[in-house]
Amino acid sequence: MSEPLSDRRGSQLLASLRVRRRHTHLLGAAVVVAVLAAVAAGCGSTKKSSAGSTGTTASSCAKGDLNLVTPGTLTVGTDNPAFPPWFGGTPHKPWQVSDPRSGEGYESAVAYAVAKDLGFAKNEVKWTHVPFNTSFAPGPKNFDFDINQISYTAARAKQVSFSDSYYDVNQSVVVNKGTPIAKVTTVSGLKPYSLGAQLGTTSYQFIKDKIKPSKQPSVFPSNAGAVQALKNKQIDGLVVDLPTAFYVTAVQVPNGRVLGQFPAEPGGEHFGMVFAKGNSLVSCVNKALTTLRNDGTLQQLQQKWLAKATGAPTLK
Amino acid sequence: MASEGDRRADTEVASRRSRLLSGLRLEAEGAKGVAIALLSTVVFVAVVVVAVTQSAGWPEVRRTFFDWGDISSSFPDIAKAFVLNVKIFLVCEVFILVLALLIAVLRSLPGPVFFPLRALATIYSDLARGVPTILVIALLGFGAPALQLTGVPRSRVFWAGVGLILVYSGYVAEVYRAGIESVHPSQEAAARSLGLSRFQALRRVILPQAIRRVIPPLLNDFIGLQKDTALVGTLGVIEAFNQSQIDSNATFTYGAYLAAAALFVAITIPLARLTDWLIARDRRRRQAGALA
Repeated sequence: MSEPLSDRRGSQLLASLRVRRRHTHLLGAAVVVAVLAAVAAGCGSTKKSSAGSTGTTASSCAKGDLNLVTPGTLTVGTDNPAFPPWFGGTPHKPWQVSDPRSGEGYESAVAYAVAKDLGFAKNEVKWTHVPFNTSFAPGPKNFDFDINQISYTAARAKQVSFSDSYYDVNQSVVVNKGTPIAKVTTVSGLKPYSLGAQLGTTSYQFIKDKIKPSKQPSVFPSNAGAVQALKNKQIDGLVVDLPTAFYVTAVQVPNGRVLGQFPAEPGGEHFGMVFAKGNSLVSCVNKALTTLRNDGTLQQLQQKWLAKATGAPTLK
Repeated sequence: MASEGDRRADTEVASRRSRLLSGLRLEAEGAKGVAIALLSTVVFVAVVVVAVTQSAGWPEVRRTFFDWGDISSSFPDIAKAFVLNVKIFLVCEVFILVLALLIAVLRSLPGPVFFPLRALATIYSDLARGVPTILVIALLGFGAPALQLTGVPRSRVFWAGVGLILVYSGYVAEVYRAGIESVHPSQEAAARSLGLSRFQALRRVILPQAIRRVIPPLLNDFIGLQKDTALVGTLGVIEAFNQSQIDSNATFTYGAYLAAAALFVAITIPLARLTDWLIARDRRRRQAGALA
């Protein structure tokens, strides 16, 4: 009978061990909680003072008074690759397809014209790669403004500040020559086809609200994907802004054709430069844009870089 | 001197009694434990909430991420798009289960004759697991239709599905293989000695045991598959993630991402719980000494 006894003692020991282990578990958990709490509190309390510094309104647009990321330098953002006709010049690393630093292409030219009006020399303008998604990400920005064919909408303007229009834009549709969709002449005629747009453009909204196609439209995360799908005939038509449409047909889809542009909406659609919400720099850039509009510079730059984008038939 | 049987019965009674005793004690300890756990949880949550809401960027984050109107207005479109994710998931799952089993069996074939098949299966699972899923989908989705071969589908959903099947078959084949190898060789020897052919032994003896053992890790891979259906969106197909990106880019806010995340979680959490339950059941059975 001695064995069962020792057995019992053994199992009691085991049970108490189990209980003790539970204690150490709890103790461990408590320590973890305390450490986490300390870390979280530490994170939360740091640099509260830096908030709201972008909300101040500068009284003057003198170069020294501007609210800049890097004092003395105008830091301009755009996406890479930077596509014609918005950007031009021979690509140099890190820029692909074209080079924003060239001053060639409409957006590059406008950015340098604005910079000049604000008092910056060409070498005081620095370009930085800002993917579209990053342009509106919350938190501090690494650019003074982003110029990347971004359409103004009221909803977007709640999260970032937009400059006034530097280009009033029309949407258009690119198709493959010789496909059934190439015979369409009206907006309603586009309904039965599968259409695509690029993510982040207003083109998708346009397809959904104005064309209302019977087939589910596609939305591509990049220009490259959208163009490839059009080439592969995985979509029948690609809806893009008109100047981009002419670049697509000239270079990217040799068998492509700009079917037409859509009639302008009341109030229209325009591209604006994107700023951190409430950045006082906006008013100074707007002043510069007004000057450039009034003295004909914007018109002239559009003639130079976007002249092709006027010759597309309007779809009724 | 008690007989062997008596002694065993005694031991059993004793251990049962002590289990009961320690259970009672555990219950008392348990109440205290629950209280402590509750308190530490409350403190932890309070500290996190205070730290987050006091942070410098919180007003901006709240505006851009946690706008209820933004989340709820984007939800219907995303839910509609999510149907496609579920469809892709369900269809791919069937093909993966079959293809992966085939690969696993090929990899487990013994003998030098089958070396080429084994090597092929090994290369396949290495490649399938080695190339990022997003690349496989992009390469197939844009590349295969670009060949313009007659009879080759252009559908991006089709090619994305093929990509997911190829990649996940690599993973799932390894899971199957682990299951097959966990069945003791004596099982096959016994089956063969009863006169079963090699194929019959595999079909009737090895695989039933192997597959039952690997059901939890299989489900684990399916949770991964369910999430990876979001990669189909890179081809321009509007599924839940792509739709949430569209909404996010239209308003420059992120509430739509939360709506999409909620939908994925609504599917994957029940799957995860099911997996946990299956693992627990399996452990109970094995500890009880039942055959796996």
